Amino acid sequence: MNAIIASALLGVLMMFASWIFDNEKTHTRIALAGLLALIVANVLQLNGVYTVPLDTKGMLSFTQFGLYVNTILFILTFLYVWLNGDEIAKIGNHAADFYALFFFILCGASILTSFNNLLMLFIGIEILSIPLYILTGADKKNLNSNEAALKYFLMGSFSTGIFLLGITFIYGATGTFQITTPILNPATGMVKEQLMHSAGLILIFVSFNFKVSAAPFHFWTPDVYDGAPTVFTSFMATIVKATAIIAFVVLFHSQFKALGYAWDLLLTFVLMATLFVGNITAVFQRSVKRMLAYSSIAQVGFMLFALYGATSFATEGILLYIMAYSVASIGLFGVLIKMKEYSFEAFNGLAKKEPLLAAMTTVFLLSLAGIPLTGGFFAKYYMLNAAVQSGIGLWLVVVAILFAAISVYYYFKLIQAMYFAEGEPAIYEVAQGYKYKLLVFAVLILALGILPNLFLSYLYF
Amino acid sequence: MVLLSILSIPFIAAIILLFVKPEKIANNVAVAASAITLALSIYIACKGAANFDASWMLSLNARFTLTADGLSKILMLLTSISFPAIFIATSKNQVKNRHQFLSLMLFAQTGLLGVFLAGDALLFYFFWELALIPVYFLCSIWGGEKRVAVTFKFFIYTFLGSLFMLIGIILVYTHTSDQSFAYASFKAANLTSHQKITAFALFFTAFAIKMPIFPLHTWQPDAYEQSPTAVTMVLSAVMVKMGLYGVIRWLMPLFPDAFSAHSNFVVILSVIGILYASFIAIRQDDMKRLIAYSSIAHIGLMSAALFANNEIGTQGVLIQLFSHGVNVLGLWIIADIIEQQTGTRSLKEMGGLAKQNPTLGILLVGFAFANIALPLTNAFVGEFLMFNSLFQFNPWIAAAAGVSVVLAAIYTLNMVQKCAYGEVSEKMNKMQAPNMPAQFVLIVLFIVVIISGVYPAPFFDLTADTLQQLFIK
Repeated sequence: MNAIIASALLGVLMMFASWIFDNEKTHTRIALAGLLALIVANVLQLNGVYTVPLDTKGMLSFTQFGLYVNTILFILTFLYVWLNGDEIAKIGNHAADFYALFFFILCGASILTSFNNLLMLFIGIEILSIPLYILTGADKKNLNSNEAALKYFLMGSFSTGIFLLGITFIYGATGTFQITTPILNPATGMVKEQLMHSAGLILIFVSFNFKVSAAPFHFWTPDVYDGAPTVFTSFMATIVKATAIIAFVVLFHSQFKALGYAWDLLLTFVLMATLFVGNITAVFQRSVKRMLAYSSIAQVGFMLFALYGATSFATEGILLYIMAYSVASIGLFGVLIKMKEYSFEAFNGLAKKEPLLAAMTTVFLLSLAGIPLTGGFFAKYYMLNAAVQSGIGLWLVVVAILFAAISVYYYFKLIQAMYFAEGEPAIYEVAQGYKYKLLVFAVLILALGILPNLFLSYLYF
Repeated sequence: MVLLSILSIPFIAAIILLFVKPEKIANNVAVAASAITLALSIYIACKGAANFDASWMLSLNARFTLTADGLSKILMLLTSISFPAIFIATSKNQVKNRHQFLSLMLFAQTGLLGVFLAGDALLFYFFWELALIPVYFLCSIWGGEKRVAVTFKFFIYTFLGSLFMLIGIILVYTHTSDQSFAYASFKAANLTSHQKITAFALFFTAFAIKMPIFPLHTWQPDAYEQSPTAVTMVLSAVMVKMGLYGVIRWLMPLFPDAFSAHSNFVVILSVIGILYASFIAIRQDDMKRLIAYSSIAHIGLMSAALFANNEIGTQGVLIQLFSHGVNVLGLWIIADIIEQQTGTRSLKEMGGLAKQNPTLGILLVGFAFANIALPLTNAFVGEFLMFNSLFQFNPWIAAAAGVSVVLAAIYTLNMVQKCAYGEVSEKMNKMQAPNMPAQFVLIVLFIVVIISGVYPAPFFDLTADTLQQLFIK
């Protein structure tokens, strides 16, 4: 509750900040202070010290898991703003406006981690999405950015429609929006209601696939990620995507088993398609930014393994996954922002000119590829373990690792460019301070890879 | 604690070397670190069983467990001998950014030692991958012309293999009674026979790629040829042993039924590999490729003897693990000296080494004899036991594998003849003063070859506990 109220208030406050202060550096500082306050507010509730007393009539429920996810998301946003503050200021006229949007997104995110009711879920998703449409189009003079925003908005509204239809069906079948109501039991013989319930769930599933950009509903992703200003792509591909995935997992851990066998089949199809499309298409990309867009699709394929069963491996794993994936991606985008162009060739010889930067990029890439000693390894490990435990059949896991091996190909292409190719890298001057900030991300990745317990134990206290 | 320091000394030295630029100091640091590691390894090998255990990942129940039994000790010794030998032997070679090169080498050593000492499945997997990453960078940065593509092929191959192993580990892990990665729990895992076969196949793929067993060997000759020679030495002397180690440590005790059920299949594949590699070796003109194929043939024989699944063969393999490493290391060092000084690897352009540098000529002959396992050399002991076991397994297969001895004599002696004898060729004329550090290493290695060939008893003693665990229940 604390987080929802605080983030909404802070969002409004940020809007006024651009009115009062002219200096964009100040905006960034206020935003960082606000994020700190938000983290504190949330941790107060997480530790049971203080919660704003508000009766939500059971529409929201604050679990340890949800609150911990909040903390992770807020800290990630903090790190993101801390790293990218200067870049955000370069876009548009008032950085504070964007920060306000971030806070609204975080407000949506906090609802999505604690919904107990389909209506709240819907509101959360909308609060999360609408600022995103604006952020995508933030580079007003860039046609690509405009196109991406429009595309995103149209597709987004469409999927919202599907989502609402799904909710309607479920309401029709069960007479309630609460997700904790007992799922319809096939033995009771209410065939029509069951059919409606299933149809509703499938529609929601489709809509969620759109939000997390799982194939075959991924078509907007590369264009939007490519068109949006790179700083905001970084935000969308990490924190926003992580939120959507968490909501997805929470909802379907509680609901989807109603579909029984058919559900596994459906999920398997989507998962396979996502892994296939993401990995295979990423191989052929010439632009690193587009490659990262497809790789983010591929990574979602792995995250979807968490949906097979509500085991501890699935919940812990999805947490690790969003942490490892987000930190690595924010770091990578942080390097990408400093490049004059986004082709692979632009990275040629980076290791010679900027050894530290190249080494850190390597750590991020190794993590995304899932190599041990980096966070990405345990993320993938937990997902695979969850899959094996849920008993869906080993062949699916085998196929998944084949795709993981393919992913090594395109991640390592960048490493090869940096280390083994000769050339002058097309990179802007990078300040020493910026490198040290990135170093924090690299250290986090290694910490996640060596002692993931450090980050998971909080889940249980 | 000694076990932990064996791992941490090369690791810390590797980190220090990242920041030490002067070549001389860097070299000394690397040699010193690897020498201390060697001293500690010998201490542990003499001392008896050693253990180290610390908590690592609580929620997964994975522990940081290191154990040293006979099998681990043999390979630990091999690793610890190889690295100082390589560092000293190649100390005169020109290497760009030597400190980084040495640093990555020491990281690789840490990974390799970790693989051989890990007593926990997840830790084993961790080190298994860690040994690979530095080698990937070593080969891709310092290798030959086609290095990037070749190394990438090597990397993808082995990475894919280890991912299969990861699934195998997960599969066994989910069926352990106490949900842990400990070796003992893995051994007692409650798998159905069908699951055992699946897990066997998953583990086996990883090991087969690493060894490599025909037809998964295609990455190897290219990788050996394109790597800088120091790395080739690591690859062929130590790294291929990871696969064999994995078979003895994990496959045999974990899935004994699946193991014996598939032994025919694997032995036949191995024998095909031996003959295939031997025939190709005969046709090679490039000295590096010749040694590479000869190494494939030898590893093939070892895997055949292992999968013959009897005590005598396993004993032979345990000894041969060490012997083959020393022998192939010697051959590589000689090939490297010749290449560095004459600029050629083609046997056609060689000749007269014995006249130009008699000591090196004699050493070449000595290591060549060890390569074809003549009596009095260390390889004889192992190969004799291995052929014995293959004969017990199936005389026909033993006969087929036996052909490889003849073939080995053909290609090895052919190499010696073209390289050491005859008129001094134009290229060989360029041989300068002998490379003293390298020759010193060669002589030491050769002494090891002879001593362990004449008096192999310590190796039998060292590996007795492993054999006992495997074959006497």
